[in-house]
Amino acid sequence: MTKILSIKDLHVDVGNTSIVNGLNLDISSGETHAIMGPNGSGKSTLAKTIAGHPDYKIRSGTIMYRDHDLNDLSIEERSNLGVFLGFQYPIEIPGLSNTAFLKAAINAKRKYHNLGDLSASDFLVDLKEKSRMMDIEQKFLSRGVNEGFSGGEKKRNEILQMLMLEPVLSILDETDSGLDIDSMKVVASGVNAFRNENTASLIITHYERLLNYITPDYVHVFHNGAIIKTGDIQLARDLEEKGYEWLTNP
Amino acid sequence: MSEADNKNKEINEFLNKSYEYGFTTEIESETIPPGLDEAVVTLISKKKKEPEFLLNWRLKAFNHWKKMPKPDWAKLSIDPIDYQAISYFSKPKQDGGPRSLDEVDPKLLETYEKLGIPLHERAKLAGVAVDAVFDSVSVVTTFKDKLAEAGVIFCSFSEAAIDYPELIEKYLGTVVPIKDNYFAALNSAVFSDGTFVYIPKDVRCPMELSTYFRINEAKTGQFERTLIIAEEGSYVSYLEGCTAPMRDENQLHAAVVELIAHKDAEIKYSTVQNWYPGDEDGKGGIYNFVTKRGDCKGENSKISWTQIETGSSITWKYPSCILRGDNSTGEFHSIALTNNLQQADTGTKMIRLGKDTKSKIISKGISAKSSQNTYRGQVTMAKGAKNARNFTQCDSLLIGSDAGAHTFPSIDVMNSSSILEHEATTSKIADEQLFYCMQRGISEEDAIGLIVSGFCKEVLNELPMEFAVEARALLQVNLEGAIG
Ligand SMILES: Nc1ncnc2c1ncn2[C@@H]1O[C@H](COP(=O)(O)OP(=O)(O)OP(=O)(O)O)[C@@H](O)[C@H]1O
Ligand SMILES: [Mg+2]
Repeated sequence: MTKILSIKDLHVDVGNTSIVNGLNLDISSGETHAIMGPNGSGKSTLAKTIAGHPDYKIRSGTIMYRDHDLNDLSIEERSNLGVFLGFQYPIEIPGLSNTAFLKAAINAKRKYHNLGDLSASDFLVDLKEKSRMMDIEQKFLSRGVNEGFSGGEKKRNEILQMLMLEPVLSILDETDSGLDIDSMKVVASGVNAFRNENTASLIITHYERLLNYITPDYVHVFHNGAIIKTGDIQLARDLEEKGYEWLTNP
Repeated sequence: MSEADNKNKEINEFLNKSYEYGFTTEIESETIPPGLDEAVVTLISKKKKEPEFLLNWRLKAFNHWKKMPKPDWAKLSIDPIDYQAISYFSKPKQDGGPRSLDEVDPKLLETYEKLGIPLHERAKLAGVAVDAVFDSVSVVTTFKDKLAEAGVIFCSFSEAAIDYPELIEKYLGTVVPIKDNYFAALNSAVFSDGTFVYIPKDVRCPMELSTYFRINEAKTGQFERTLIIAEEGSYVSYLEGCTAPMRDENQLHAAVVELIAHKDAEIKYSTVQNWYPGDEDGKGGIYNFVTKRGDCKGENSKISWTQIETGSSITWKYPSCILRGDNSTGEFHSIALTNNLQQADTGTKMIRLGKDTKSKIISKGISAKSSQNTYRGQVTMAKGAKNARNFTQCDSLLIGSDAGAHTFPSIDVMNSSSILEHEATTSKIADEQLFYCMQRGISEEDAIGLIVSGFCKEVLNELPMEFAVEARALLQVNLEGAIG
């Protein structure tokens, strides 16, 4: 078991507002962590900070990813080294086909690791298999990236991208929000397929339901930009029943 | 520096990538002194050993041009042009014309090589016949024999004037008359060379035809003339590409292209225009004033224009279709990318005379930095143009906050059964789109390229495969292998 992510006393600002306040979190390979917490508590801010979004400034503290201080790495370097973010609100890129986009992303990563382009046939075989697993029809792949996709289709497409890019650390920001029951199972199976002893997941969610399919090792409660309690799946069940009040306002 | 400034800086650096075709070639050339009068017009015609009718036609054009008022520049801001300071003829020095590739000056071939058009090998592999116009003279035309077998004529305009005078006399100026506009008149008087294509009845041209134009000499203008005739039931796809070296002064390019499609014929005309755009401060660059028009003369004929305009300091062109034949179709697909201080004013005219005619206009304008990009379209439905249909889609993409995009659609309907649809959008590359791409490992530069190519997709799809690749590269896109 090796350390994949190690966050120490992290403070993050957006403009002049402090959003993350003294966060500590360690994630090792093979682990799945869930983060739950009220709206506006800073969960997406944490996710985007790890990914390197320029709007979020680290005021103090460190984020170590394997041997790297993430602050030293560009957005695309983080990605190429295995950090994946499934977006709460996936972005549309009209006209650019999902296939072309995925191929560009995969080849960018390969180039970063001094590998040649993936052959078209290997790529297509892999894409076919994984899109079938995510229940995404072929015709969606030639449509523009997320262009006109329904909410649930966008989320399944995020998981498809994750599976294609084979990251080490996958951060999924509310990938389960807005999914019907079948889609929820499909997404869960994607996440489970991704799990192995070398990878790790950080799953941001509002609902216990997804966690029942995935069974996280840890459940953290996020409030005002810091973790105020850590437990296991039972904590998620308690939250589902009681809400956050008993923790945030004891 | 704020993050936003930093991002702008990166985008700017990307946009600033220098012009790759800005070299000049040291070749001895024969250039007549600057200036324009009847004697110069006569000299051009004599140098080219043209038949008498052509000289008279040129002189008529010249005398008309002298009387024409200088054009009103619409949306463009431009310094006055001194027409007496331009040399109207320049040709690489060489005794006689080259008869085969081996006789072409190796320096010239090297130039084409640098431009990415090795005439020898690649053209053959690609199955493309290339006619290369260097300054004013057509240097060599490849693949003549294979085309001749099919009965296709593909040669320089000068050769055509000597070898096929009856065709030239019959069609020249029938689509773009001498008096059409200021630059068409000037071109008619002084055009130096260009391309002639003739596709006989029921022949499907066996390969893509293509011409490369290059302005090399300083202080010259390039005035080429292209004439394409597609006889009944024939088909041809033609592509032109253009580049010029970097020079501080502006150079004038005023071309005229005439297309004639007879009954059931189809002409597909594509342009990849990458003339030198001038530097960041707007110094130098080509003035690209072009008149392109197609005549869908016969029933069921079709003409489609596709253009990728990335170069020139000023572009002023409206490839148009006259839909004369019943049930004829005109299409215009355009990508115009402007950067720095470039100005593009482009669009199309679809003039419907026949019944049941159809036209489709897709225009994609991309403006970056302080550039100005204008779409100007005119759709005219004459009284007899019953049941004519037109669809216009006009999209603008802005990169950065200083660029301008303008659209001026104009519609004239003189009957009650025509159907017109018009859609227009303006968008910006959003920071969140860039972040999304970069989170997937794609560099910012490539991300811009991908987003732009997505924006241009419908037009890029119109280009022949091998040129679509070139066009994407030209749009500064690194899409290697990413074609879905
Ligand atoms: N770019 C930004 N500019 C200004 N404020 C921001 C920005 N991003 C986040 N915030 C603010 O930071 C706070 C935390 O937002 P964040 O999106 O991280 O919450 P969240 O925990 O993900 O909430 P939810 O459960 O609703 O998704 C909110 O008050 C939000 O308005
Ligand atoms: Mg959120």
